[in-house]
Amino acid sequence: MPARDKILGRIRHNLKRGPLGEEAANALKARLEGHSRGIVPNRTELPHKAQVDLFVAKASALAATVARIATLDEVPEALRDYLTAHNLSTKIKMAPDKRLDALPFDKTPMLEITRGSAEPSDEVSLTPAFAGIAETGTLCMASGPETPSTLNFLPENHVAVIKASQITGTLEDSWDRLRAEYGVGNLPRTINFISGPSRTADIEQTLIMGAHGPRRLHILIVDDEKKS
Amino acid sequence: MQVTSRHFKEGAHAALHDKDIQKAFSKVKGGFPVARAKAASELPEFEDLRDAGRDLKNHILENLDYYLEYFEDQVLLQGGRVHWCSNYAEARDVILQICRDADARTVTKGKSMITEEMALNDFLEKNGIEPIETDLGEYIIQLAHEYPSHIIAPALHKTKDQVTELFHEKHGKYGFTERLTDPQALVNEARSILRDKYVAADVGITGANFLIAETGSTVIVTNEGNGDLTQSLPKTHIAVSSIEKVVPTLEDASLFLRLLARSATGQEMSVYTTFSTGPKRREDIDGPASFHVVIVDGGRSDLVGSDKQDLLRCLKCGACMNHCPVYQAVGGHTYGWVYPGPIGAALNPQMVGLEETRHLPNASTFCGRCEEVCPVRIPLPKIMRLWREQAFETEVTPKPERWGIGLWAYFARRPALYRIVTRIGARTLKTIAGKKGRIVKLPLMGGWSSVRDFPAPQGATFMDQWKKQNRGRK
Amino acid sequence: MSATAKPKNVALFVTCLVDLNRPSVGFAAVKLLEAAGCTIVVPKAQTCCGQPAYNSGDKKSAKAIATQVIRAFRGFDYVVAPSGSCAGMIRHHYPELFKDDATMMVEVGELASRTYELVSFLHDICGYRPENVRLETTLTYHDSCSSLREMKVKDQPRALLGSVDGLEIREAEDREACCGFGGTFCLKYSEISESMVDTKITNLLASGAETLAAGDLGCLMNIAGRLKRRGEKMKVLHVAEVLAGMGDTAGLGEGEN
Ligand code: SF4
Repeated sequence: MPARDKILGRIRHNLKRGPLGEEAANALKARLEGHSRGIVPNRTELPHKAQVDLFVAKASALAATVARIATLDEVPEALRDYLTAHNLSTKIKMAPDKRLDALPFDKTPMLEITRGSAEPSDEVSLTPAFAGIAETGTLCMASGPETPSTLNFLPENHVAVIKASQITGTLEDSWDRLRAEYGVGNLPRTINFISGPSRTADIEQTLIMGAHGPRRLHILIVDDEKKS
Repeated sequence: MQVTSRHFKEGAHAALHDKDIQKAFSKVKGGFPVARAKAASELPEFEDLRDAGRDLKNHILENLDYYLEYFEDQVLLQGGRVHWCSNYAEARDVILQICRDADARTVTKGKSMITEEMALNDFLEKNGIEPIETDLGEYIIQLAHEYPSHIIAPALHKTKDQVTELFHEKHGKYGFTERLTDPQALVNEARSILRDKYVAADVGITGANFLIAETGSTVIVTNEGNGDLTQSLPKTHIAVSSIEKVVPTLEDASLFLRLLARSATGQEMSVYTTFSTGPKRREDIDGPASFHVVIVDGGRSDLVGSDKQDLLRCLKCGACMNHCPVYQAVGGHTYGWVYPGPIGAALNPQMVGLEETRHLPNASTFCGRCEEVCPVRIPLPKIMRLWREQAFETEVTPKPERWGIGLWAYFARRPALYRIVTRIGARTLKTIAGKKGRIVKLPLMGGWSSVRDFPAPQGATFMDQWKKQNRGRK
Repeated sequence: MSATAKPKNVALFVTCLVDLNRPSVGFAAVKLLEAAGCTIVVPKAQTCCGQPAYNSGDKKSAKAIATQVIRAFRGFDYVVAPSGSCAGMIRHHYPELFKDDATMMVEVGELASRTYELVSFLHDICGYRPENVRLETTLTYHDSCSSLREMKVKDQPRALLGSVDGLEIREAEDREACCGFGGTFCLKYSEISESMVDTKITNLLASGAETLAAGDLGCLMNIAGRLKRRGEKMKVLHVAEVLAGMGDTAGLGEGEN
């Protein structure tokens, strides 16, 4: 008997039943398709502005750094300022994303921009986030041709760009946004939830930053909602 | 993995006299539990979430077959492959075959307890494939040819000095010859060596904290980012998971994510929580070209519907061991198989046999701290007790112990006789103790006297004194 | 059945350890319960709650002993034990033992619901506070695991001890940690038990208290025995003795002067 049948058979035998009847199966299917939320912490029940502030506070507490800028066009300069302030390489591997492509990098000639997925020699990456989760200060990154996920991990320094309007309250809010973007039941190959830079406590329970992923995570928040 | 649980007592003795082990494990108290308590107190919904987590897991287990099939359908729809394996041997063979199909020489591995269970690394090595553990703790113990002493902090038993020596000895071949003593420098060295390994690996093997039925995704949770490099750089990604990890929806996964990191390390979220769905899409410029999910039973289906089904709720967070005074005293290796601490004491008898592991469920005071912190409220002491009952019934419990209990019960069931025996007992013990009020060497009770004096009885028993006061009205 | 002014009709579950080893705890319990307005009966047919058998996996003996307890403690308003462990056995584990026995279950459930640990009974049900009780000492209270986690006894003993004149409570570090007694555990795994009790003692001594009190004699015998073995001076009493004004009784493991 194939292992699949053996395993399912054993489960059913131990549950003292056969495969679920139509009614029961339909109920479970409805549950799967209902996406109903369980208990959701009410700490994010805030006006959106306060949610963004919460995101900033939570991300900072996770040892990420955050800078808020007024428009997307300010990204190059903000990036330059961050890199020079920390004495970091100005060679940047940028996600081949249309919105990032349109940025005025001519204003920051010292930044050397290449596009593509990550290689081990890359030291700094610049990527757009899909969403931000105020509840925990977490970034939600969705992979795609314009957003290769290796950029989130391989370089030592990760700079992520997010618009304030992309910051949501909870994990569940990000699922709704993903479903709206990719269709129900579909996800891009990789969804990374990132809460601060990489760390380990595997040597004598001492916290050390920069285990395998980025040592530094810098988040540029574009305050796109100010005008409204 | 070889089982050494039979030697629990000898192992405990050795561990209790090992300064490094004592230092490492006594340190646990001030770390994880403190962080967990803080995280729990900062989320007002935490206790309700635990109830909901318990109920949701129960719902899943009642419908496990349905959700697994649904999950499989979604993986296939997304272009992935699903391999069902009844036991470890089948799983090892399937994984080896995938590796061979990929012409793999090296595979990188993220942390995975199920692959520890099946001793996958040894098997791959024997078959000419080099497995490289990438979680720093796993990497350390792989270098040292050891196995995890904690389910989320596998190298907990290693001191920094031991890591210094280990790296110095093993990293020379990569050109690292300095003896490093700074933990940051040690991490950096491992980081730079593993970087090349990620890129060179042909296959990346990860475990799965959850399987999402709704989307066919596998989920891993890490702090280091090693699992992500493992599953995104090689051409082939294999996610190995046991059957009970499936959850229905993304919303359901969110519930468990809120419990998992808080219970494990006191974080609100681990640094990286990643959902992998199918292989890379046609236009993607990175990600694995093929995606395999290996679903392993490995004895779990026997637990379904049993009096120990609750064990299948386990999220593998490690909170039970972090809070266990026995674990803190004897460390992880003493338990003698993959899972140490209370979850090991409750689960290992099922997985590798009660006769081999009979000490594990017995070596507990039933203090209840594990159940108190378990995010999904697994009644661990109750399950340990069920094993004790089974051991007693099947005569796995040694004869002297059975007779001792039998003899005691004989008297306890006969109050009149019991009165006489306790009357004589109390007097005798008081006489032996004399003026000191305590007995240094209690007859027939070496286990007591090797550690403590015995506070002597005050004299006449309560029941005798009560009767004498003529207050016995019933 | 209803009048609140009527004294509570309490059956004392003495516990096997108090009966054999430290009857003064039983008399302290009686004194406290009477002061709290209860009438006390001590059913004769009691020996032990059956825990040693239950925890060793000998379900049959445990059930037989439990049945004896169930019979002996019929017909009282309350059953009270100076031990969280024995009270927890009756309240939480008897129902587990008889869960497949529908006829027994009715009575078991009913017994379970009127069984209490002494201090929480005095505090929660009787609203009792010690009056004119004096003990000049610094005292640390050890939470026994079954009192704390099974019977939810935590604040009550501290509240009552707070009403004892001259007594100052000094909380110990990690006070919710197990002392390593665990019934037969301390005999079968004596080395692990030793390590646990030593950790406990380190914290107790560090509190600077002269006296240790707890609500379970098992823990107290374990800790006192180890303290004596190590030559420590800390005096060990059952919390009932302190509350009943019997704090001058010789501590566990001390000779009568
Ligand atoms: S038994 Fe509970 S506490 Fe222990 S690892 Fe599993 S989920 Fe965590």
